[in-house]
Amino acid sequence: MSFLEFLNFHLVPGIVLGSVYAVGAIGITLVFGILRFAHFAHGDMATLGAFIALALVTAGLTPWAALPVAMAAVAVVAIVVDKLFYDYLKARPKIMTVMASLGVALMLRAVVQVVFGVDPRTYATGIVRPDDYFGILLRDRELYTLAAVVLIVIGLTLFLRHSRWGKAMRAMSDNPELARLSGVDNRKVTMLTWAIVGALCAASGFMLGINNELHSMMGWQVLLPMFAAAILGGVGRVEGAVLGGLIVGIAEEMSIFILPAQYKAATAFVLLLLILLVRPRGLLNGKVL
Amino acid sequence: MDLLGLANYAVFMAILIGIYALLALGLNIQWGFTGLFNAGIAGFFAIGAYASAILTSLPASGRLGGYELPLVVGWLASMVAAAAIAWPIGKICLRFRSDYLAIATIGIAEIIRLVIRTEGWLTGGVRGVTGIPRPFGDLDYMPSQVAYLAIVATLVLIAYLLVERQVKAPWGRMMRAIRDNELAAAAMGKQVEARRLQAFVFGSALMGLAGALFVHFNRSVTPEAIDPMIATFLIWIMLILGGSGNNRGAILGAAVIWIIWSVSELLTDRLPTEVAVQAKYARVFIIGLTLQLVLRFRPEGILPERQAGSPPHR
Repeated sequence: MSFLEFLNFHLVPGIVLGSVYAVGAIGITLVFGILRFAHFAHGDMATLGAFIALALVTAGLTPWAALPVAMAAVAVVAIVVDKLFYDYLKARPKIMTVMASLGVALMLRAVVQVVFGVDPRTYATGIVRPDDYFGILLRDRELYTLAAVVLIVIGLTLFLRHSRWGKAMRAMSDNPELARLSGVDNRKVTMLTWAIVGALCAASGFMLGINNELHSMMGWQVLLPMFAAAILGGVGRVEGAVLGGLIVGIAEEMSIFILPAQYKAATAFVLLLLILLVRPRGLLNGKVL
Repeated sequence: MDLLGLANYAVFMAILIGIYALLALGLNIQWGFTGLFNAGIAGFFAIGAYASAILTSLPASGRLGGYELPLVVGWLASMVAAAAIAWPIGKICLRFRSDYLAIATIGIAEIIRLVIRTEGWLTGGVRGVTGIPRPFGDLDYMPSQVAYLAIVATLVLIAYLLVERQVKAPWGRMMRAIRDNELAAAAMGKQVEARRLQAFVFGSALMGLAGALFVHFNRSVTPEAIDPMIATFLIWIMLILGGSGNNRGAILGAAVIWIIWSVSELLTDRLPTEVAVQAKYARVFIIGLTLQLVLRFRPEGILPERQAGSPPHR
């Protein structure tokens, strides 16, 4: 196998998949870090976002124009889900919220299955031939995906570092009680977090769908790689989630060199156990709950 | 439906309730008494199912198995196999908060599913394992069903008595102490991680046994027989609704939820095919919603956990 073949058939798909995982893992790491629980409805929220975008595409929008609308829609869904199913549990042990989120996962998936059915769907039909960039083959959608991920990561990082509300989110992540005493309104920060997390879910679901196909289990199936990415990078660390996402994505695409292709999905699990075994704080020193 | 048909159906339901009761008891050891979040119940169930199936089934070409070993060996093996999978997972994850165990158990259930589908030489792949013996399977339909029910009921009773005895013993108090205040328990010299591992492995072994009982009842097992998410979730609902931390609650919850689940299936099967698919998923939605409602309005379940030292009825 030549170097270019390796690049085109393994590394580039790995990076594209990894950046989609990264977007999902950022959302997971924000919930894990700020609200302090593992959000199991994350994948199915992504599925919902992907299918909302599909509905918009069917109504006549182009896929990339449907993305921001879907992000806004799922942001609202995430806030409503929090108000209905998570908020009242906040005085109880956090593991109860984890359980509630598992129930929400099932409910969101059932909604998608009832409304859109269980058959695989796509945003656009037909085969797209990749363009040649100095020997590297890239499809437009892959290029746009990478660009969108870079934009999202830069935007979110600037927001968290420099804006008032971003700082409030980080303060709550570091120490909720101290943040509250310093005048940070925990309820507003929680709402804001869910809005961002919902939008990120929709974005990751959409990108997963546009680079492959949509089906009702798609989100559930990427939940494990996304969690592995978030923990690998360090819980609560946005840049860690990006790093973790890329590592998991590339590792999955490389796994076929040592594992039968059917076991691609096991890669994330192995990485997860390894990091928990040797460095549970993650590569970039996150939290351990 | 005539009376005999109804009786047949009741026995059939009772056997499945017994199998689910074992699963719920296993989860009660993990969650109810120890606070461990196992989100991969279906995986441990499947491991037990296939372990016993492979050891006791008739020979078949193209896959391992056909050892025709006695049932007891298969059932013990199902418990050992599930425990053997649970041990390393628990060893790695139980140092952390239960969120990590939940993620890892989702992962292990997924991998077990992959292995079952892929490794045809071991599990028969998508065709599954057939020719699994059933105790008293040579009798007529009704006596055979009743005999199997007796076996399941006996095993549930044994499991119930053993768990109940353990929970009332100092071990049970120690487990609740660890669950409710880990730091205090550790300060008293209790080995938190080792105890949690014990509970996780015991609970998983019971789930494995339930898997074995399930395949010997059906005489065959295919990958489709075990839907990972719904199976896992049903058992969670059974325990939470019945009352986590209360073994009688776990068994009661298994009965209530399984009856609701199968009766609703009977109803949706009668719907015209256009809406039948939708109805199937609407049922899943309702199960998810039920959990939210129980968590919100009756988090202690129908039969709440009894506190040691206080009278049973408060």
